[in-house]
Amino acid sequence: MIPGAFDYHKPKTLAAAVKLLTQLGDEAHPLAGGQSLIPMMKLRFASPEHLVDVGGIEGLRGVTREKDRLVIGAMTTQHDLLASGDVAGALPLLQEAALVIADPQVRYRGTIGGNVANGDPGNDMPALMLTLGAGYRLQGPGGKREVEAAKFYKGAYDTALKAGEILTAVSIPVPPIGHGHAYEKLKRKVGDYATAAAAVVLTMKAGKVASCSIGLTNLADTPLLATKAAKIITGSSLDEATLKKAVDAARAIMSPAADGRGTVDYRVHVGGIMVARALKRAASVAG
Amino acid sequence: MAKTHVKMKVNGAEVEGLVEPRTLLIHFLRENLNLTGAHIGCETSHCGACTVDIDGMSVKSCTMFAVQAEGADITTIEGVANADGTLSALQEGFRQMHGLQCGFCTPGMILRAHRLLQENPNPSEAEIRLGISGNLCRCTGYQNIVKAIQYAAAKINGTEFTEAAQ
Repeated sequence: MIPGAFDYHKPKTLAAAVKLLTQLGDEAHPLAGGQSLIPMMKLRFASPEHLVDVGGIEGLRGVTREKDRLVIGAMTTQHDLLASGDVAGALPLLQEAALVIADPQVRYRGTIGGNVANGDPGNDMPALMLTLGAGYRLQGPGGKREVEAAKFYKGAYDTALKAGEILTAVSIPVPPIGHGHAYEKLKRKVGDYATAAAAVVLTMKAGKVASCSIGLTNLADTPLLATKAAKIITGSSLDEATLKKAVDAARAIMSPAADGRGTVDYRVHVGGIMVARALKRAASVAG
Repeated sequence: MAKTHVKMKVNGAEVEGLVEPRTLLIHFLRENLNLTGAHIGCETSHCGACTVDIDGMSVKSCTMFAVQAEGADITTIEGVANADGTLSALQEGFRQMHGLQCGFCTPGMILRAHRLLQENPNPSEAEIRLGISGNLCRCTGYQNIVKAIQYAAAKINGTEFTEAAQ
């Protein structure tokens, strides 16, 4: 399968990339790891006339600690996340999720920036970013700005990115030491997108949930925060009755598409199971 | 269509060529360089038959443009044998352990296993299975591929390879 023809640009600076994307307009698309875009181009679901490869720009790759936040450059690959001591120490949830994204080869190339920015509801990182309360650093013709992950996703492939804007980094508040975390992803095979997945970050105090955040992947046309479910579970000891109430509240906001992964009813059903499993496992690893 | 000049190192040799930007690396390797060892299987980034080693990464060469490989250092199956022409430990392992039947997935399997052993010289069976989870084989059921990689790891590490009891 051969993608449609395009012109290839490889700017050396962020400013040059922004300028190119702004000038070329809708016909241009940034190219990061290419692990989603290139398959889409081969299937002719995407046929941009210009690709602006951001792989040659210095400073977009790597993990840095900024006070109480971990800042991850957009071109940091899933493989980099798995190899990062900073991520292992501060945000083990990211490594757990990175390990169920695609396969080893794709993880060497696929980037966190591409994963969160392209707006595919099947991507795993967006729901994690919502769960962790992350912010996205964007740079465009009007300068820099930061958008909360929770306000970034408008619909399938529709995000808050404006014309000419590039996501340069994600900035994640480091959860407290001893927090519990889990990402439960049901998929048909290695490399598949989630049939349903749930991310949980929580803290426990004296056997009860002190704080809780729940994110959902591929259960609507955007990633979701199950805020009502999280509120129900907070203060409980995760007893079966409360767990059931929280799962019901999470299921109430799910609106997945029926596709090869299952019917709407099935995906909502297993979506609830992912929430319950993630809550239980997160509580079990909380210190 | 305007063509772009690309230059890279493949199996130790400097190579160059003119490609359209949309030319996938696998096509450049197979059609421009006549290196037909890396195979085109699924063309959808699933099967791993096109896996090559690029700058210390296992990459599906059907999911990368040749222009992105400008300046890269690439190893394909044609470049993995020992300098004297004898089989590398992995190639020998696949032969000895019957790690291939039709052979279509083998170049990708060997290149992926090569990088896996570079990063983890003594992987467990589970780590091997996870490590090759991006490579599909429709013949072997993977058992003998896992053994072939264990054989190679033992040979490289200078330890004795013993097949697990069936």
